Order: sequence, then structure tokens, then C-alpha cells
Amino acid sequence: MESLSCKALVVGGGPGGYVAAIRAGQLGLDTVIVEADRLGGTCLNRGCIPSKALIQGASTYEAMVSHVGKEHMGIALSSAPTLELASMVSWKNNVVDKLNQGVAGLLKKAGVRVVTGWATFSDAKSCLVKGEQGEVSISAEHVILANGSCVSALPNIPLGGDVISSTEALDLDRVPDELAIIGAGYIGLELGIAYRKMGAKVTFIEGLERILPLYDREMTRPIENWLNKHEVEVICQARAARVETANGKPVLYYQDNQGQEHNIAADKVLVTVGRRPNTQGWGLENMCIDMQGASIKVDKQCRTSMKNVWAIGDLVGEPMLAHKASAQGEMVAEIIAGERREFDARAIPAVCFTEPEIVGVGLSPTEAKQQGIETVVGKFPFAAIGKALAMNAGTDGGFVRLTARADNHLVIGMHAVGTHVAELSNQFALALELGARLEDIAGTIHVHPTLGEATMEAALAGLGKAIHA
Amino acid sequence: MGNYLIKMPDVGEGIAEVEIVEWSVAVGDSIEEDDLLCVVMTDKAAVEIPSPVDGQVTWIGPEAGITMAVGADLVRLQVEGQGNTSADIPPDKSMGESTEPVQMSTGDPEQSGAEAEAAKATHQPGESAPVAQSVGSAPARGIPRPEGERPIASPAVRQRARDAGIDLRYVHGRGPAHRISHSDLDAFIAGSGAAAKLTGQLADTSVKEIKVIGLRRKIAAIMQDTMQRIPHYTYVEEVDVTELEGLRTRMNNQRRDDQPKLTVLPFFIKAVVKALRTFPEMGSRYDDEQEILYQYGAAHVGIATQTPSGLLVPVIRHAETLDIWECAAQLKRLAEAARAGTIGREELSGSNITITSLGPLGGIATTPVINSPEVAIIGVNKIAKRPLWKDGGFVPRDIMHLSSSFDHRIIDGWEATQFIHGIKDMLESPALLFMEDQ
Repeated sequence: MESLSCKALVVGGGPGGYVAAIRAGQLGLDTVIVEADRLGGTCLNRGCIPSKALIQGASTYEAMVSHVGKEHMGIALSSAPTLELASMVSWKNNVVDKLNQGVAGLLKKAGVRVVTGWATFSDAKSCLVKGEQGEVSISAEHVILANGSCVSALPNIPLGGDVISSTEALDLDRVPDELAIIGAGYIGLELGIAYRKMGAKVTFIEGLERILPLYDREMTRPIENWLNKHEVEVICQARAARVETANGKPVLYYQDNQGQEHNIAADKVLVTVGRRPNTQGWGLENMCIDMQGASIKVDKQCRTSMKNVWAIGDLVGEPMLAHKASAQGEMVAEIIAGERREFDARAIPAVCFTEPEIVGVGLSPTEAKQQGIETVVGKFPFAAIGKALAMNAGTDGGFVRLTARADNHLVIGMHAVGTHVAELSNQFALALELGARLEDIAGTIHVHPTLGEATMEAALAGLGKAIHA
Repeated sequence: MGNYLIKMPDVGEGIAEVEIVEWSVAVGDSIEEDDLLCVVMTDKAAVEIPSPVDGQVTWIGPEAGITMAVGADLVRLQVEGQGNTSADIPPDKSMGESTEPVQMSTGDPEQSGAEAEAAKATHQPGESAPVAQSVGSAPARGIPRPEGERPIASPAVRQRARDAGIDLRYVHGRGPAHRISHSDLDAFIAGSGAAAKLTGQLADTSVKEIKVIGLRRKIAAIMQDTMQRIPHYTYVEEVDVTELEGLRTRMNNQRRDDQPKLTVLPFFIKAVVKALRTFPEMGSRYDDEQEILYQYGAAHVGIATQTPSGLLVPVIRHAETLDIWECAAQLKRLAEAARAGTIGREELSGSNITITSLGPLGGIATTPVINSPEVAIIGVNKIAKRPLWKDGGFVPRDIMHLSSSFDHRIIDGWEATQFIHGIKDMLESPALLFMEDQ
């Protein structure tokens, strides 16, 4: 049996782990990364990237369908386009493969050794990796746990067959005629909207009062409008009870808010009720590490309760976002290399690639109020932005909304909903990190014609002097 | 109207230069004859310089802390009639020009007074520079950052602070919304950063720049010189002053309320004077450049005295001629004059031995610094009731220590010990103080 020792051992090759490993390698630390599956983790293989590819495919298809038999922008298609989902999935897989190889190349360039296999820890600093090439025993001075998360399932609705998770939903070979989705959070909505665009009849069963409960109603209304317009039914305050099979198809039974039972017959039942940290099956119990609920407890440097064992990404809890994991991974590698770092981001931006898209950075006016902060809010609609209209994206009710402190105009929250607004998220995050005031944003020349002009106008609106409103 | 030039007068024999300690007039002030112009420091004493004439100040000499030669231009006045100089205001006339228009434009006398005050303030020693600096670079305190709120700073500034081990919560941000910039961090690192007001105890990082001038500067120079030149030998001895205290109480009880009472100090002076008869080298002055020891018949006893502006050593001249009551009277007069600042320069020099006492604060032991070029200084520590083993039991006694330093170049340890023992004997049996010398 091969035996390795290293300065830094990274467990998990997702956006947290591989970034940590690359940075550690760049800083000259002897680094080993262990991954049982393909490099890139959930994000690259069955999350962010493949879903964006499918959404792109679905949107392209939907756009083409909108021209069938009727002229729009002077374009008309005489016959309907065909959609081969299996081909779209294979195109998506090509995108994933390319990025996959990219990660492997970066790790190699940074001098990181990649061990393929499943690591099981016997104590905090040693593990045994079982892979196709046999077993490797690794002991390390520092261990960075980046084991990620897995989809949560419902105890009464086990996954399997036509009951699928987001992972399978990214690899279907045909578009289901009817798709029932349990959970109208961002994962369910992204996939559900994509399948709706591809022609499926989609129904959501949501336990809470409305979709995307983490965003305020003002933000989610444009999405609700889109769902309504596209005949997507969202049944809120409903509880999925069980799935039975009838005529070879799954039937989802649920109780409405009155306790009455209903059912939906579907081709597929997609369960998207969230994700939970991967804490089982790799010897975490042998490492003497404190937990905080379902996740590993860490401080603001991502230290666990065990000396020189670090945990990052989804494993340490919400928000389970790739960019948070990467930032933590980079930070931990630098701390191990002797630099002074701590995780003190002012805001972790979040985006939902729904239709239309949602961006949230920092506090909403409601959250600010709950923290006792008096605010001024500036809002500006895309309906008044030339570029949005020219892109046929000005009619979905989208807007940019800035929340600032009333006393000094420091911007504490930047939100947007609208087509393509995901790309505004980084400007938002930058403004918050640099401590921008409404005056700073209003005083920055924004390019015309762009969607981003709405940000400047929203800042001006917050100051009571919007130009185009 | 004429111009009148006042030059720095001769303030004492052999004094060539003086240091300006404080200005009492500012440009624009109207003054009368004998009004105080300024206070200057000679090598020993502060001297007040009055104006010889009436007039309006049009120019004043160097700012406080600057040393100037006797005979140099001190103040220029505009006077009625003919002045004593035809020369106009000297080259640096910006002060006069900047204040005169103010004087003319303000009809309200109260306001013009305030303006004069303001003008005066700019000439205050040690104040003008720091004030200007605080306006320019020291950050003003703004709205206190509420508890728990994170300081506003860009990621790069935050990282620099972490690298430097600085908690940004204590750094004042001068930017909009109190944003902390790189330059705020620079200022904090340089030490001029004021801590943002949070709650509880704060790290006070302020540093005040105080110019060491006047008497303090004199003391600093003398102390440094003394300690560098003189190898000090300090000897501490215990003295039982129970009998002395009994005697003193009795003597004081016989005094009327309106008559001054005796402290222990006159007794010490007497003891030192008598001990000097036996050990005349203790009252000598050593010129170490000439390598000559001047041994005096007289006992000019310096008494170290704390005054509001610093330590002074007034001298009781020819203490050998004074009885205990005269000693007490001299002590009182000199201490009062020293503290009031009215003491003459001649009374601050010429001692050949010094007594230093901190009175009731006197501690257990001190390491007195010799009043150079003398060779001995006697330090008196406080009197305290202490148990003393006597005749098979403890008895309460009034005990004090004498902490005395000697110039070891001249005085050896053995002689010093003998000298102090002589004093101790007299203090423990105070009748000896009043016995005729043999």
C-alpha cells in the first residue's frame, strides 16, 4: 500500500477544495487533493455549470419557438424547431468536460498531487484513500475538509426511478411531458423554468407561502408573473406526502393548506428540497470535530475545533455557494502558508438563474429594518432602460433596488431582478466591499446603453433625483 | 507717532542669553509702561521683562522656547511722539499686517479684544504648531460607530490592517460615511490615529507633543549633565527622631498661634551645619575641569523646593549664623518666594550643600541627585511610627531615613557614613544640636 505524507491535504475537488489546493500549491506547500469523482465537484459536474448550459439551451429553444408561425422582430419560423434533449445534454457534457480538464491542468501546474478515490479518516490527520488504483494512506500536517453537500431527500419520498434529484434532472434523455417539482427554491425554479421552456408542463409543490422565500416579495413578483404567464402552477403551503405509481407513471400525492389531499400525475417527480453537508461515510466521527447543527463548526478563519483541521464550503453550512467555498479555500491555503487572513466579506452575492434572474447582495430593506437600521431605498425599473427594451427584456417587471443607510447613505444592499441581471452582481458586490455610498454610485459614469444604467438611476432615485423617472 | 524698539535688557551679571518662556503681549496690543512684556529664563531664574513705555505692539521677538541674546530686538512699539528708532517694522512684518486690518475693521471693542486674544493665541508657546497640525492631519472624531458595526473599508485596506495586526474598529475613517482609506490606516500606524468612540475602555493612542522649555529644559540639562559627570554614591541610614519630635512639639506649644511653627527641616539644617564643622569637605564645590576643590567656611544650604514650574533650589546663606527660629523664618520666606516666582537670581545660587525633602510624601528611601558642583546632598524621607526592639519589647518610635548622595570622586563611602552618623547622633539626641562647638 502506498503511503503519502504532505503539508496540506485537501479532501474534495469542488470549487472550495480545488481552489484551496491550487493556492496552497502556488504558495509552495506540499499539497495533495483527494477526489472520488471528477474534479470540479457539484458545481462543475451537477450544479452551476451544467444547469446554466441547460438553461441556455432551453432559452434558445424557447426563443425559436416564439417565432414559429408568427413574426417577431421580423423573424418567423415556418416549422417548429426540434429538441433532442439527449444531444443538448451531451453538448452540456462537453462544456463540463472542458472545464474538468481545465481544473486538472491548473492543479498540475500548481504542483498539486491528485489522488482519485474515497478518503476515510481514521484520525484527524490521517486517512485511507480507496480508489481504482488501490489504496493510499495519507497523513498530513494540515487537513482542509471540502467534502461539499448532497441533495436532501424526503423520508417519505425516496429518490429512484422517476423520482429524481437535480443531478438526474441534468441528464434526462427526453423532456418529460409533465414534471412535478417538490420545492420552489432556486434549484427547483431554475430547472423547472428550463423544462417549461423546453415544453414540459410544470407544477411546483412548495411548503412555504411563496417561491424563493429567501427573497422579499417585491423581488420574486416578476418570477411569479413569468410562471403565471407560462401556465406553471405553484401550489404553496402544500406538503408532499408520497409518490405512487399508476399506469407506469409516478403520481405525487400532497396535502394542501387545508389538509386536503390531492395528486398530480407526472412523468417525473423532481425533488429539490435543499442540500445538506456531506458529513457521513468518511470518518468525520473519528476526527473529534465539533458540529453546529448539520454542518461543521468553524470560526472566521475556517478553523474547526481540531488544530490544523479546516473546513470550507457547503460543509460549513449556508450559504452553500461555490464562490463562498472558493473564497474560503483560498483564504485557508494562505493562512496555512503563514499569512494573516480571515473571512470578513461584507456580503456574499447570490444569484438565481430563474426567469427573470434575481441578484441579491447585502441587506434588503426589510432585513435592514429588522436590524434597526433606518434606510433610504432607491429603485429603478428596466422598463425605462433603453438597452433592456432593445433586448426585449424590459417588460418582465424587472428593476434594480439599492438600500442605503439613511444617515450616511452607505449602500448596504443591492438587489436586482430582470433578464441577464446576474452579470450585475459583481458590480453590486464591489460597491458593498468598497463601502460605496449612493453618491459614489450615482457619481460613477455608467455606460449607455447597458442594463447597468439602472444601478446608477436607482442610486439617483435613492437621492431623490433620478433622471429617467 | 514714532517707532520704539525695546531690546532684551541685561537681566543679571554675566548673563549673555535668555530663553523666552512666555509672551504676555501680542501684536496689536496696547500696553502701558511697566506692563509685562514677557517672561524669560536665565540659567537660574525666571525674570519678568516690563515695558519701559506706553504704546501699541507692532512686532514681537522669537516665540517661546527660543533662546535670544541680551541686547537683541525684543519688541517694537508704536508710540506717541518721537520714538527711539526711525527704522520701520523689521523684515518679518506679516504679523503686523495681518492683524492691523482686523483692528481697524472692528468697531466693537469686545470683538477686537477677542481678535487680539486670537492673535495672541497664535503666539503661545508650544501651542501654535500642534494646533495647526491637528487641523491639518489629525482626524476629527465623527459619529461614533455603533457597537458591533463593522468598519467601512475596502478589502485591500482590511487586508493591510490584518497584516499589520490592527483592528480597524479602532481606526477613524475620514472618508464619506467614515470610510477608512489607506491614508487613514497610514495615519493610525504613524500614531496620529484617534480611536473611534465605541463603548467601554478604549485604547488611547493619542500622543501629545510638549516642547520642553524654560525651567524644565534647564532642569533636564542640569540633571543629564550631573548624572553623566558625577559618580553618585547613595547611602541610606535610619534615624530615631522620637526625641526630636518631642522637643519640636514642646517648642511649638510655647509659640503663640500667630507665630510660625517649626518643622523638622530647621533641625536638619542645624545638624548639617554642625556636622560640616567636623567634615568640611562635605560642603565643598568641585570644579572638575580645573580639578580644584573649593572648601568653604560658610554653610550656604540649598533647599530643594518644588514650584509650579519645576524644581528650584533657594539658598539659605550663612546658615551657620542662624538659630533654629531664624532658619525656620528663612525657609518659609524662600519657599514662598520660589513658589510665587518672585525669588531673585542671587538667592538661587551659591549653595555648597543641599537638603532635599519631600515632606510627608518622602518615601522610604530616595536616590537624590547632587546639586552640581556640590559634592553632597542630604535627602530626608518621611517620619513613620515603627516598632523598635528595646529593653525586651517592641516600643513605637518615630523613625525616618536619611538618603544621601555623594560625589564619589571626592567623598569615599567611609567618610560619607561618618558624616551621616554625625547627623544621626545629633538628631537622635537633639540636645547636641544646641551645644556649643568645642
